[in-house]
Amino acid sequence: MKNVSKIIPCYAADTSGVCSALYELGGLTVVHDASGCNSTYSTHDEPRWYDVRSKIYISAMTELDMVLGNDEKFISDVVSAAHDQEPEFISICGSPMPMMTGFDYDAVAYEIGQRSGIKTIPLHTNGTRSYIEGASEAFVEIIKAYAEETEKTKNGVNVLGLTPLDFPLGADRDIKKWLDENGFKCICTLAMGCTVDDVRKMAGAALNLVVSHSGLAAAEYMKEQFGIPYVCGVPFGKGFSKKLADHMISVITDSDSFSPFVLPCDGFPDADTIIIGESITSGSLAAALWSDMKITAKPLCTLPSHRFFTRHSAEDIYAEEDIEAYLKETAPKTVIADPLYKYILPKETKLITLPHFAFSGRCFAKDMHSLINREIKEYFK
Amino acid sequence: MSRTDGLDKPCFVKIKDANRDELFASGLEYNPPARGMWNIVHSGMLLPGAHEIFACAQGCLRGVILTAAEMLELDRLSWISVSESDMFDGTLESDIVDGVCEIIEKLDKKPPVILLYLSCIHLFVGVDFEAIISELSQKHPEITFVDCYMTPTMRQTVSPVAKMSSQLYCALKPLPLKDKVVGIVGNDRATDEDSELVKIIRSAGCELRDITLCKTFEEYLTLAECSLNISYIPTGFLAGEDLEHRLGANHLHLPARYSYEGIKDNYKRLCDELGIDMPDFSHDEAAAEKSLLKAKEIIGDTPIAIDFTAVTRPFELAWLLCEHGFNVKHIIADSAAGEEDSFDKLCAHDPEIKIWYAVNVNMLEMPEQDHEHILAVGQKAAYYFATDSFVNIIVNGGYYGFSGIAKIADLMIDAYNTPKDRREVLRLKGMGCASCLV
Repeated sequence: MKNVSKIIPCYAADTSGVCSALYELGGLTVVHDASGCNSTYSTHDEPRWYDVRSKIYISAMTELDMVLGNDEKFISDVVSAAHDQEPEFISICGSPMPMMTGFDYDAVAYEIGQRSGIKTIPLHTNGTRSYIEGASEAFVEIIKAYAEETEKTKNGVNVLGLTPLDFPLGADRDIKKWLDENGFKCICTLAMGCTVDDVRKMAGAALNLVVSHSGLAAAEYMKEQFGIPYVCGVPFGKGFSKKLADHMISVITDSDSFSPFVLPCDGFPDADTIIIGESITSGSLAAALWSDMKITAKPLCTLPSHRFFTRHSAEDIYAEEDIEAYLKETAPKTVIADPLYKYILPKETKLITLPHFAFSGRCFAKDMHSLINREIKEYFK
Repeated sequence: MSRTDGLDKPCFVKIKDANRDELFASGLEYNPPARGMWNIVHSGMLLPGAHEIFACAQGCLRGVILTAAEMLELDRLSWISVSESDMFDGTLESDIVDGVCEIIEKLDKKPPVILLYLSCIHLFVGVDFEAIISELSQKHPEITFVDCYMTPTMRQTVSPVAKMSSQLYCALKPLPLKDKVVGIVGNDRATDEDSELVKIIRSAGCELRDITLCKTFEEYLTLAECSLNISYIPTGFLAGEDLEHRLGANHLHLPARYSYEGIKDNYKRLCDELGIDMPDFSHDEAAAEKSLLKAKEIIGDTPIAIDFTAVTRPFELAWLLCEHGFNVKHIIADSAAGEEDSFDKLCAHDPEIKIWYAVNVNMLEMPEQDHEHILAVGQKAAYYFATDSFVNIIVNGGYYGFSGIAKIADLMIDAYNTPKDRREVLRLKGMGCASCLV
């Protein structure tokens, strides 16, 4: 069955995607869920929780609230917390129980906004989808809420889709440094190491760099709304980083050459190395391995992704049994993946571990390394 | 939070101003990063050989799966994810049955027990859990299936932890009760062997059994031979009552107390139940007194904060300490239920004592506020008052009675003399369990 797993974990859910995406922006984010359920996010999906304060709360709904449709309690509790905490904005999202009762996020957000006088953003999660869906919507909506038409910045770049669910802490600094070294001016790293003021300036960018699938919807929105082209890729390694920067320059200087993808980040069809994970990071790693080490690899995307990154693998491989069957059938020499994939690899396959926070949470966080604009030969030898 | 005045929902109340029956109004909740308390995954793992299967939405699954992963028990937990359409297409029960059967087929070894957890949404739509268990039992008669509940929305009806503590004993089959076999039920850790409670049981010639001491499933099954089961933490009460109802074992609830009279009252009830004379506990009482006086001598007037995760009766422990001259200034608790007497005494003794609401939204920035040096009893108190001087126990730490008081006093001395690495200690889930983070 597609929804059954004997042993491997599931990825972080959409509610965690929302919270992670909005964590550093100064808003008050409320997940409509039962008391205690916020510990999943704060323990397993959020490495900043102990050190960086963020106004992320849970509504602590009860059975009675749900049965009686007591939305007023939610509304008044959010308004009360906003009065005490004075957030920049409010966002609300929810879990399976509100899904069951047909909770009207748009109407409730409107009501909260009217009563509190604070911009309130409804986000339509239900706890049954992946963090990518939640973060995607959050990024789009925060841009809609704050990005303003502004004067263009020469070689200005926004980085979209940056959360600790896909990147180690400090990745924002590494990307900013790489952008700086390549003559770009970083405007906003949405959403690690950035503020709402940075979001306001995003429309002044010449290009959006999408570093995970969570940022793709926001990039498409900004292309349509502000005419800003985008490129997908993470500057892993040395060779691919250079190639990515060159591609970005060419897109900025000649928007007719617009192509969001940098080959060969969809990998090689006959590769005997498989990279399991999020599509744009996995695809970029495949490209980096080719550029720096002449290793042929292809991504196996076990999360929602653009078809570009899955051209060389089967579609919709999300379930444990499908991943296991695909690996058995393709019998790769090497798999690069989170350590918890070890349980379903063929015996002969070598595993090179690459911890993914959205998969194994804190379990291997101490082993997470930034591969951005760095030599990767030592890591993958 | 720099602002403390004019808040809609302040995070503390002075005891003199508190409504004893409802300390705080509910509202949005914050989750402090103090992870020592157990959840239903940790509890389920106490049953030797059991395999846990969770059926719920992805967001709910994530926490339970990674709990198991962090405690190095991932191979004892499987899951079935639930989507919106599963709720309405008429296959709710059959999907769960099919999913569980598929998991069983894939397991290297069939477990003797499967703990099957359903979630809030299942109960909300009226799932027929009985039919699921019945069908699974027919398909796999060699396995005992236990209905378990991950239903935090129903916490005001019955808390998930209390319910889990009870369901943990549901795989027991009736056995002839043995007069001289006594159980302690509902705990997540063994009771201290030095406690008078254990000594009384043993001195009566009884064998003590406890799920926390069971190494094998066969050993677990012998818990059904207990003719008397004792519970002493609030969440263990239901387990004792259920076992009395199902297996006929008498249930004695002897709540962990921090008052000398309360402790002696418990022992009197136990001795009556066991049919033995009440031993003389004056020596144990004197030892507790001596430890408290020693602790007071060392700790002096250092302000103390006590939280409800460390001890099940924080107001009673606070009063005991105040009686002995300690400077208790803060209590973190959301309720004073069952401790009204201690609450009133504290209020008369020092009306300025502050009671804090652990999950209040305005607790968010409390660790960054200026605090005098606090000696904390409990992880949440350590976190909020940003102190490395803390007693690191949960749910009474397995201590009980006079010896428990003496040991907690000793731990207070140790906490005062030897600061801990707060960040490293608080991050570990399920105190006492293995952890991949160590």
